[in-house]
Amino acid sequence: MSADAVSAAVAPAGAGGETMLPVPHRVTGRLEETRDSVTLRLEPCGAALPPFAAGQFTMLCRPGVGEIAISISGDPTVADGSLTHTIRDVGAVSRALCQAQPGDVIGARGPYGTSWGLDTAVGRDLVIVAGGVGLAPVRPILLGALAARDAYRRIVLVAGARSPAELLFREQLAQWTSLPGVEVELTIDQPAADWDGAVGFVTEPLARLTLDPRQTIAFICGPEPMMRFSASVLLGQGVAAGDIRVSLERNMKCGVGLCGHCQLGPLLLCRDGPVLDYARVQSLLDVREL
Amino acid sequence: MSSSEELAGFALFDRLTAAQRALVAEAAREVTFTAGTRLFDEGQLASGCWLIRAGQVALETAVPGRGQVVVHTLGPGDVLGWSWLVPPHRWHFSATATGLVRAIQLETTQLLALADGDPALGYPLALGLFEVLLGRLQNTRSRLLDLYGSPRER
Repeated sequence: MSADAVSAAVAPAGAGGETMLPVPHRVTGRLEETRDSVTLRLEPCGAALPPFAAGQFTMLCRPGVGEIAISISGDPTVADGSLTHTIRDVGAVSRALCQAQPGDVIGARGPYGTSWGLDTAVGRDLVIVAGGVGLAPVRPILLGALAARDAYRRIVLVAGARSPAELLFREQLAQWTSLPGVEVELTIDQPAADWDGAVGFVTEPLARLTLDPRQTIAFICGPEPMMRFSASVLLGQGVAAGDIRVSLERNMKCGVGLCGHCQLGPLLLCRDGPVLDYARVQSLLDVREL
Repeated sequence: MSSSEELAGFALFDRLTAAQRALVAEAAREVTFTAGTRLFDEGQLASGCWLIRAGQVALETAVPGRGQVVVHTLGPGDVLGWSWLVPPHRWHFSATATGLVRAIQLETTQLLALADGDPALGYPLALGLFEVLLGRLQNTRSRLLDLYGSPRER
């Protein structure tokens, strides 16, 4: 499909600024992160979407296939209108997005949802905990915090993956590991011959940290049990539930709190989330199939 | 010999009084291991318990066709080795320092004698070890969930 045809399909003339209409974006960069995950850099074909805050998501679509919510994994301090998304191939739409090549045009609308609230963590210790592809939505926290390094005390990243080959952003992880003022703890679940780092669940390096609980703000993203277990470790270390932020995921469809597909108890995660403080959601996460 | 204060840094001894920690400290000494040092071998008689202060130790086992497979790593603050506590007193895995490791080594024959001779010390010590074991079990269960696997593989 040509760019013009895609433009017609996703954004009728003059409709680019309207909330629900996807805005055409051209793929200008594509990096295969793992066997099933790709990072795409997108540039608007016309007017850019509003700036995003770390933690927010956009609705990405491939015309004729469908639309899904994808967290923004790029640098929140870059204000050139570009978007960076890291997408895992888990279904029809995500596969179509992963297959997008430089030059292709896809639709994007947003950004939507709540942010990690990095501005409210100024002067605190940042403990960022990620599991699997949960590293993508927390990357903007790190990039944003590193761009204003003096505004924060410790910056700690604890990231777990199934195997070394399934770690996202490996080059950047290596850079962060060598940066003074950033502590990076990586661990894998499954033993691997080419790995001489830690083997164990992400909660283990997290539990080894010596934290100043009253100064700590924690950001957790990953599969829900991983977030619950990690939050439990942090609570055990004295970090207040209100200082633990999690990014929750449900089946987001409209992205603007209208359709109810992403309901979690009293919350609509596309509108009230995806980032919520643990004090607010802890009891909801204990309810089976809520 | 390590000091009672050094032992106090390990949650294993949280339930012990300062006097009890001082007794345990008599069975403790500081050790260092260089990268590649084998602390113990699978199947051998189990003796010794290590409180890791710095570095990383890999627990591993031999798998035909794959060589030595690391099943778990332990780091600062972790307790290594409890097979000395229960029959058949044989190590289930091998342990190797992956880099420079600093640790406190507990003389477990002496420790067992202390615990057997004084249940007021033995019980909280056993509870402390149980807590370590429980944490290790929960983390292993978490890994068994394979949480990061692709939905396409389920």
